[in-house]
Amino acid sequence: MSRDTPSVEVVNLNTHYGDRHVLKNVSLAVMPGEIFVIMGGSGSGKTTLLNHLLGLLRPTSGTIRILGRDINTLSALERQDLRTRMGVAFQSGALFSSMSVGDNIALPLREHTALDETTIGIVTRLKLEVVSLAGFEDLMPSELSGGMIKRAAFARAIVMDPRLLFCDEPSAGLDPVVASSIDDLILRLRDAMGMSIIVVTHDLDSTFKIADRICVLDKGEVLALDTVEAIKNADNERIQNLLNRRTEEAEIDPDAYLRRLLGEKENHHDTADDKRNGL
Amino acid sequence: MSAFTRFLERLGRGAARGLSEFGFAATLLGLAIYWLVLGHWRRQPVRAPAVAAQAMDIGIAALPIITVLSTTIGLMLAIQGIYTLRTFGAESRVTLGVVLSVVREFAPLITGILVAGRSGSALAARLGTMRINQEIDALTVMGINPIRFLVAPPLLAMMILMPLLTLWADLVGLFAAGLYISLELQGTIAGYADEVLSLLKLNDLLHGLAKSAIFGVLVTIVGVVNGASVSGGAEGVGRMTTRSVVHAISAIVITDMIFVFLVTR
Repeated sequence: MSRDTPSVEVVNLNTHYGDRHVLKNVSLAVMPGEIFVIMGGSGSGKTTLLNHLLGLLRPTSGTIRILGRDINTLSALERQDLRTRMGVAFQSGALFSSMSVGDNIALPLREHTALDETTIGIVTRLKLEVVSLAGFEDLMPSELSGGMIKRAAFARAIVMDPRLLFCDEPSAGLDPVVASSIDDLILRLRDAMGMSIIVVTHDLDSTFKIADRICVLDKGEVLALDTVEAIKNADNERIQNLLNRRTEEAEIDPDAYLRRLLGEKENHHDTADDKRNGL
Repeated sequence: MSAFTRFLERLGRGAARGLSEFGFAATLLGLAIYWLVLGHWRRQPVRAPAVAAQAMDIGIAALPIITVLSTTIGLMLAIQGIYTLRTFGAESRVTLGVVLSVVREFAPLITGILVAGRSGSALAARLGTMRINQEIDALTVMGINPIRFLVAPPLLAMMILMPLLTLWADLVGLFAAGLYISLELQGTIAGYADEVLSLLKLNDLLHGLAKSAIFGVLVTIVGVVNGASVSGGAEGVGRMTTRSVVHAISAIVITDMIFVFLVTR
């Protein structure tokens, strides 16, 4: 893969939950070594977009290329190979609660490499050093604080030295100081390992601190995709509302209001779970 | 009339849901066996330590309670057998009834029910918690197939351990019955043992063991299906865990009847 092939390329992505059109013609490209922030309020579709980038959901139409490969046409083995070259830090950490922190971090190595246990131990402790959690490998996830869980999740995400790292809401649920230290960690990881990092967040402070480019999602559409400066100076009203934490006036549709009051349901039964692949 | 159509609609929806759950279970079983057999060539081997850990959990840890309950069952059968046969004055023939009931029915059933209660529910709770904590997504994005990693090891462990546990329950149950019978009818344990060996056919023993292996598969798949269908947080986990025990025990008893019907007639 050459230097200028995008790490992630999304072209005209459209997705539905049942009848509801969630993502509308989303297109974006993330360059190697870039920290790309996907920002938007609740219900803007940013989590859905992330799940599509991770290959956990299948789109209605459009293509998603990760590290140059279209993830929806890959064979199972190729997809498995691709997944060893990307890391994901989930919002809740998603550490396996039945394993110690060390075993959690070592799991990808044990499953995908033929390294001996001594080497695996060294790599595991090395990654724990990187996220400033040295010496915590024997604790269980339930014994860690919120910030430590996020750090451990980062250690597990980078243990295979991925080219691409996804972070879902890295600062959610943390106090400002710890959240800021997670931001520093993200910056340090990019500088040290040169990976592309995609961060999904609604936290403005951390967005402006870490982002190279920002993609603002609103109601399933890309509202803006530009550098931090350009986004800050954008004159689009909705972007400014988002940046200045103004609530938006609800649209006025008397018919819809009456229908809601009368309890006439629209068909929104289908949930995300129905379309999930595998288990 | 509208109440009746509503009833029909509920019935139809329930049947469709049940059918789709049945299909999900069959798919899971197929995939788990696929990974057990072909995992090695798809670079996703089912690892022996994982199977051993599950086997410890399902088997060794269940030994004490299985021992206690099979003792009780053996004693109960001996007491009931002697009581019933006394009406014909045939209490000396009690061993035949006890041997066949323990080996063909009671040992596999009690083992199945205990394992369903202990391990089937634990499996459902574990998978359910992993699902709501995004741990299953985490496995998937790491390139680790969740079925291979989470379903295949307990399935294999169950298929090996259930017959072994049943064999143990056979031995304990028959021994306990022997103690009571030899005391009550003034015989000796050695005489009872001789009688058991002459009455017990390999066919009867295998009947029980084969059933128990099937029960193991049922318990695993029911636990996994319920665990994987969890939604709605901790309350959902609790609900599906209870459901998995009820379903597993029902499945065991019904399958037992079908198996006996097909094999014995």
